[in-house]
Amino acid sequence: MAVADTKIPARKAPGIRLFGHRVPLTAQVGFLIIFVNLFLMVFAPVLAPYPEGFVPSGSEMVKWAPASAAHWMGTDSIGRDVMSQLFYGARLSIGLSLITTIIAFVIGIVTGFAAAISGRWVDIVLSRFADLILSMPTLIFCLVIITVVMSREAGFVAATGVSNAFFEGMVIVFVIGFLYAVPVFRLARAVAMNIVALEYVEAARLRGENIWWVIRREILPNSIPPLVAEFGLRFCFTFLLIAALSFLGLGIQPPYQDWGSIVNQNAQAIFLGKPQPLFAAGAIAALTIGVNLVVDWLLSVYSRAHGENA
Amino acid sequence: MNPPATAQDHVLDVEDLRIEVRTDAGPGPVLVDNVSLKLKQGEVLGLIGESGAGKSTIGLATMGYSRSGCFITGGKIIFRGKDVRTMTREERQDLRGHGVAYIAQSAAASFNPALTLYEQICEIALRRGLMKEDEAKAEAVRLFKELELPNPEAFGERYPHQVSGGQLQRAMAAMAMITKPSILIFDEPTTALDVTTQVEVLASFRKLIREHGTAALYITHDLAVVAQIADRIMVLRHGKMVEVGDATQILQAPREEYTRRLVAERTVANQNLREDAEKSTAPLLEIKNVVASYRSLTKVINDVSIDIQRGDTVAVVGESGSGKSTLARVVVGLLPRSQGDVRFQGQSLPARLKDRSKDQLRRIQMIYQMPDVALNPRQTLLEIIGRPIEFYFGTPKSQIKDQVSELLRHIDLPESFINRRPGELSGGQKQRVCIARALAAKPELIICDEVTSALDQLVGEEILRLLNRLQDELGIAYMFITHDLGTVKRIANKVAVMLKGQLVAYGETASIFNPPFHPYTELLLSSVPEMRADWLDEVLAKRTKKSR
Repeated sequence: MAVADTKIPARKAPGIRLFGHRVPLTAQVGFLIIFVNLFLMVFAPVLAPYPEGFVPSGSEMVKWAPASAAHWMGTDSIGRDVMSQLFYGARLSIGLSLITTIIAFVIGIVTGFAAAISGRWVDIVLSRFADLILSMPTLIFCLVIITVVMSREAGFVAATGVSNAFFEGMVIVFVIGFLYAVPVFRLARAVAMNIVALEYVEAARLRGENIWWVIRREILPNSIPPLVAEFGLRFCFTFLLIAALSFLGLGIQPPYQDWGSIVNQNAQAIFLGKPQPLFAAGAIAALTIGVNLVVDWLLSVYSRAHGENA
Repeated sequence: MNPPATAQDHVLDVEDLRIEVRTDAGPGPVLVDNVSLKLKQGEVLGLIGESGAGKSTIGLATMGYSRSGCFITGGKIIFRGKDVRTMTREERQDLRGHGVAYIAQSAAASFNPALTLYEQICEIALRRGLMKEDEAKAEAVRLFKELELPNPEAFGERYPHQVSGGQLQRAMAAMAMITKPSILIFDEPTTALDVTTQVEVLASFRKLIREHGTAALYITHDLAVVAQIADRIMVLRHGKMVEVGDATQILQAPREEYTRRLVAERTVANQNLREDAEKSTAPLLEIKNVVASYRSLTKVINDVSIDIQRGDTVAVVGESGSGKSTLARVVVGLLPRSQGDVRFQGQSLPARLKDRSKDQLRRIQMIYQMPDVALNPRQTLLEIIGRPIEFYFGTPKSQIKDQVSELLRHIDLPESFINRRPGELSGGQKQRVCIARALAAKPELIICDEVTSALDQLVGEEILRLLNRLQDELGIAYMFITHDLGTVKRIANKVAVMLKGQLVAYGETASIFNPPFHPYTELLLSSVPEMRADWLDEVLAKRTKKSR
């Protein structure tokens, strides 16, 4: 609300812009955090002082070493360099979360749009199924499925010849991807419902266009903004859920480590009054906050009243 | 409200008002430029202009309010000797709703559906501590009586969805009047109403203003409406004053060219644009005894039969809820008919859209009321207009561009628009694009669903002329759905009048609009405001005589 006032806001300095919208400081911070994380993830082998999974032996091995020139963040219970763990852990934590989120979105958007346009029965079946999944607590549901699937790991690995670690990673990705497809389905359905009611979609249907064309050309381009914002949020949830599973010991298994399992393995240091577990925990918190800052900005941009030229 | 010691004969005195848009990127367009107006006690000033003329912006500015992103950057708004712009926050709060009250266009959107009318109407009086609850209720009942609302004692107990649109609009007037403000601002209060309802609402507003001696700003785009209620009229265009004067002077002897065009547009509204050429007799579209309903059992369309021949313009007229748009949906197959038949060039059309062939779909095209939502904002005009060409004729991409350019020329838009998106066009231009998209399919019948009602009068007139020209050139038939009888007289050669899903009158335009009338047609006709100041009195007098 702008109240009549003699004062006119001073013209703001041009500032940083993205897609024609000014990027506020909070979103700039968010982008910076995301950028730093992606940078560490990509260049982990170059940046990390020690190789992945490197366990020193003999005199080099110092348990719970404090920060030093050799180990900037100290070492853990078996003398591994915490900073190297953190850099390599970024690859698993962020990489797996991204793949999982993408899976959730592909499933969620296709089913959500289908529910919105293909008539009452498809909608009822899909929506009730979604309600069923939503009625169960995600973490517990996840734990149950993973436990059940993991119990057959040996047989599956022997039959297909994939590595254990790959199998475990895929289980996590697909289970969470499926569970998180449900909220995406609900959003995609709601967004598409509003667009389907518009006359340009009716015009396309009157023309005789098939459903696939309507989804691809009429609905998808107009539902991008809310879906992009949801992608950011969903990424955070996935990221936190994978970290939580690893922390509970059900996610990434040794020798691989993601941030969740790093926190888990360093947890006892808390009783020794050492800072080691805080680094990975801080990284988890920072990335989540960073993504949220960007999402907040995206949401505020797209929920603003659009004028004629929006 | 105590008038200040210095005798002020003007309740409101606006001088050199200037309102601008400011964005992050710097100053935007000037919405209101150098507008001055004075309002005496009991005087009604009509603000007239097309959309974007700054009428509503001025109305809101008198309460010291501007919409988000807009700023009052110059001039004075003196209310009873005090400048609204220099008031403190508290003073301004007190002014709003108490000194100046606002009546918005869409009552349905302005009321909170979760609260009763009493709660909302009395709220301001109670919040400002002006009345006790029972006093406020008594006052509300008195206002309901004045506004001729049914069952005034119980009216306030209802929820907004339980009363009709016209009643809700009057309830909003009661809300505004409850604090006895010095100025009422009416912002297009009857635009969303049916013509027959508009007459009643207009009459009760006028009575209210006269009996209370309130000053009022009456904002509208319809000269004939303002003629009934305003003492003086100010014509605005692009935020600037065009002309201001007594109502009779503006209507009968406008000085400025723009005003003359506005007045002329209303006066020519009775002449038919068509020059009737020779007509074939083979019917193009035959609607035979069609019955249709939505999921419930109520028949939305009941036993309707209409014939459309090549080159015909058949107007389907009726108020909202009469089933006229539903009839269009039945013809195109969006709503399958439950009985009867729709034949196109002698062939029965399948009831469902899905079952129709590509060629059957191509021959009937549709143009919508709201061009804003009828065009995909993410596609360029090339994609929008080119798609039907590609879809129906399989034309190679290289030729589509030429054909789209050709179509743009046909609808009087520059070819350079081909890569623009709808957001870069004005309302009238968007509607032209919708027409081009329909033409791209080379149809034989175009269904026009209220195509001019979302447009400004002069723009709507241009669209009608364009449609008429295209008909002469291409011999297309139109099924023209509208509630505006002016439009009907202008372009239709046949008229079908609908009421509650049934056809009450159907025939040549001349015979429908000349006596003997069907009683409902007569009611509709007599409800269209005319450009005479005494029109409302005449209509009301006639109706009371009849009801006796």
